[in-house]
Amino acid sequence: MRMRKRLVWTASGVALAGSAVARASGWNMPVGVTDLSQDIYGLHMTIFWICVVIGIVVFGAFFFSLFRYRRSRGAKPSRFHEHTTTEVLWTLVPLLILVVMAVPATATLKAMYDTSEADMEVMITGQQWRWRYEYRGEDVSFTSNLATPREQIDGQSAKGEHYLREVDEPLVLPVDRKVRLLMTSDDVIHSWWVPELGVKQDTMPGFVNENWVRINEPGTYRGQCAELCGRDHAFMPIVVEAVTPERFASWLDERRSAAAEAAMGLDREWGMDELMERGQEVYATSCASCHQPDGSGSPPAFPALAGNQALMDDRERHVETVVNGVAGSSMAAFRNILNPVDIAAVITYERNAWGSETGERVQPSAIAERLAD
Amino acid sequence: MASHLPPKSTTQHEQPASAGMAAEPHAPPRGLKRWLLTTNHKEIGTLYLLLSLTMFFVGGLFAMVVRAELFQPGLQLIEPEFFNQMTTMHGLIMIFGAVMPAFVGLANWMVPLQVGAPDMALPRLNNFSFWLLPVAFTLLLSTFLMPGGAPNFGWTSYAPLSTTYAPPSTTFFILSLHLAGISSILGAINIIATILNLRAPGMRLMDMSLFVWTWLITAFLLIAVMPVLAGVITMMLMDINFGTSFFNAAGGGDPVMFQHLFWFFGHPEVYIMILPAFGIVSVIIPTFARKPLFGYASMVYATASIALLSFLVWAHHMFTVGLPLVAELFFMYSTMLIAVPTGVKVFNWVTTLFRGSITFEPPMLFALAFVVLFTIGGFSGLMLAIAPADFQYHDTYFVVAHFHYVLVPGAVFAIMAGVYYWLPKWTGHYPHPQLSRWHFWLSVIGANLTFFPMHFAGLAGMPRRIPDYALQFADFNMVTSLGAFLFGASQLLFVVVVVMCVRGGQQAPAKAWDGGVDLEWTVPSPAPLHTFETPPDFRPPQH
Repeated sequence: MRMRKRLVWTASGVALAGSAVARASGWNMPVGVTDLSQDIYGLHMTIFWICVVIGIVVFGAFFFSLFRYRRSRGAKPSRFHEHTTTEVLWTLVPLLILVVMAVPATATLKAMYDTSEADMEVMITGQQWRWRYEYRGEDVSFTSNLATPREQIDGQSAKGEHYLREVDEPLVLPVDRKVRLLMTSDDVIHSWWVPELGVKQDTMPGFVNENWVRINEPGTYRGQCAELCGRDHAFMPIVVEAVTPERFASWLDERRSAAAEAAMGLDREWGMDELMERGQEVYATSCASCHQPDGSGSPPAFPALAGNQALMDDRERHVETVVNGVAGSSMAAFRNILNPVDIAAVITYERNAWGSETGERVQPSAIAERLAD
Repeated sequence: MASHLPPKSTTQHEQPASAGMAAEPHAPPRGLKRWLLTTNHKEIGTLYLLLSLTMFFVGGLFAMVVRAELFQPGLQLIEPEFFNQMTTMHGLIMIFGAVMPAFVGLANWMVPLQVGAPDMALPRLNNFSFWLLPVAFTLLLSTFLMPGGAPNFGWTSYAPLSTTYAPPSTTFFILSLHLAGISSILGAINIIATILNLRAPGMRLMDMSLFVWTWLITAFLLIAVMPVLAGVITMMLMDINFGTSFFNAAGGGDPVMFQHLFWFFGHPEVYIMILPAFGIVSVIIPTFARKPLFGYASMVYATASIALLSFLVWAHHMFTVGLPLVAELFFMYSTMLIAVPTGVKVFNWVTTLFRGSITFEPPMLFALAFVVLFTIGGFSGLMLAIAPADFQYHDTYFVVAHFHYVLVPGAVFAIMAGVYYWLPKWTGHYPHPQLSRWHFWLSVIGANLTFFPMHFAGLAGMPRRIPDYALQFADFNMVTSLGAFLFGASQLLFVVVVVMCVRGGQQAPAKAWDGGVDLEWTVPSPAPLHTFETPPDFRPPQH
């Protein structure tokens, strides 16, 4: 009886969840802002209600029997043990229900797989533990890192509203445009998931997967990596900012000039202080999650940089490691992630922070030359 | 009805201190050697069950660590690296160390007793199958002490996270899974040989108890898929240590191939963990409804269909990896089909209760809870089968809720139902009625408190396998953690009940439950070490 009561409560609780209350309350799948996410939501609710109805019938018969045919009520057992018509019926009826369910599911799936006639393409690359976005043919690309400060994670300061769901640079997309999403990975399998867009797609190292999205409403949509990808799997958020097509076009221009500005200075000699200052920022966003803010690393997967004499004695190896990464390890090739100024600055920082103080500067121009080869 | 035989009285449990023992030519060894060298199906069954119980607590401890870290958002207790080791080892230990050995233990004890055989067909092999397991799990647990720690890539071990990027201990993990796999294959061969060759004269296949039937089918599944697991982990071993590139695109391999191979093993594997549970419940419900199982034949056919279908649905674990549309459709349809035979089973159980004469002893309570809660897991399974919706459900806590519903209030409750059902046969005493009921109710409340909120967390967007989460998931996680602590603590009560039952309690007669119809109820309680040395006079029960 207690279970029956609980079921009634559960059923009515979830029935509420089906209504408008739950649509935004965070108890149910979000309806989302694309036609497909809304179709998916519809399928989800249909199959859910089918389950609820079957559940009421089956559990109803179950608890009725438990109550009515207790021995303590003097029930005498019957001996019947088969009934062919009933058995055929309860094989065929569920089969029919399933066929009815399969029809709309097939239609939605076909629509999800139709990546043709896109207005634009974005290449999404998963890396341990950040996302890289490249607007194909637009000469705009950047990485998107977790923006939640370490102190919030460690509980030393209050957690913000978008704790773990905020990034330093969101993916900006235009509304009402069909965007083809090409997905791959530099290391292990990740999965790019934004519930309100109805898109979840694994990124496979060495292969490119396709998906697409057409966003109906401007807004900020948040998600995160869905496939276990190693230590910081939980710290790989996705933020999509959907804007009007006009706003998107001007954003592309702004982004291009900002990138050009950030990469400026290849022709001049950089001083120690400016390299160190910039290097510290770059280190904090791109390196500290593995090698730790104090450079102590977490061996054996992530070697220490502080006090790593072998590395300090071999500047060439240091530059090579940062630029081209280490094959078969989590160390990414930062030539694809950072501009030459940032690479030079961060190497300079690593060679002069935490008491190593080699006094060496690595010039952006030298890195640019190396990348040109 | 079962034959009403006089108990086949045979030799009593040998007393270690009994005089004259040395004079007997085949005196069993004593002390540790007795357990190391035993070829007796009952003793080996007991060993399996004890190992399973131990591993249940080890795996449970890992779950408690996970739930403690997830009690609140933020990183409080452990580092993400260790969290990943906890989730991975929780899965591995629970699947290969707790659930599978529990079913093998029950099979060892009960299959010979239910088919009227004197022992398993291959007793020495039986001993070997068991003793591989402690070795395997010692090796697996020892990886915690290795540099880089234990495996941290999830029990599914997706390459290349489990190969190129894996800790050095992965090679030991592979060896340990090989040992567990060999043990499973040998155990399965033994069960098949016993069922097909050692049935009592006159017992046809369609006379066997459903527990024996489901185990026969499960054993064939094990033989079919364990070698596939062995193959895929050997490929991992080669990629890690011998420079091959099976799963490395840079060398011409494909990480998706790992998933195809793994789930070709992995999906039948989940049925390996549920079919014997169906069997146990199909034996217990008729006993306490005092009415024959409804649709015996359709139960057998449904089990066989589920087993066959299990080879055709593996890619529903992979809907988001980028399969072609045709593959998605095929695997969506085949997965939905599984609902049909599964539904038949649930309908049969409910109809067995209908117009019965029902009592609620502890085994029945667990079996009834199984029917309801497994069905809830079945419903979420049906939802997950809808491929477009699975793009939203996949890799979230909705999936975690689903498979824990079918595995905990599903498989684990069925195992507990079986233990309560057969404890009088094993020990000669009934389990303590009040404490058993406490254990049941605390487990039911704990399990639902743990696993039900996971549905909401998953639908709201919380991915699996994360040590820290966004704030909107905080309430669900806190309830889940509290439920998990309650469920975990309740299992200590189970140990108390079992220990008390072994030491004493109300004496059980040969036929411990008045509605029991199978052959085990014709031998004395506790069952003597050797039973059915001469075949019983079997008369088919009414199906």
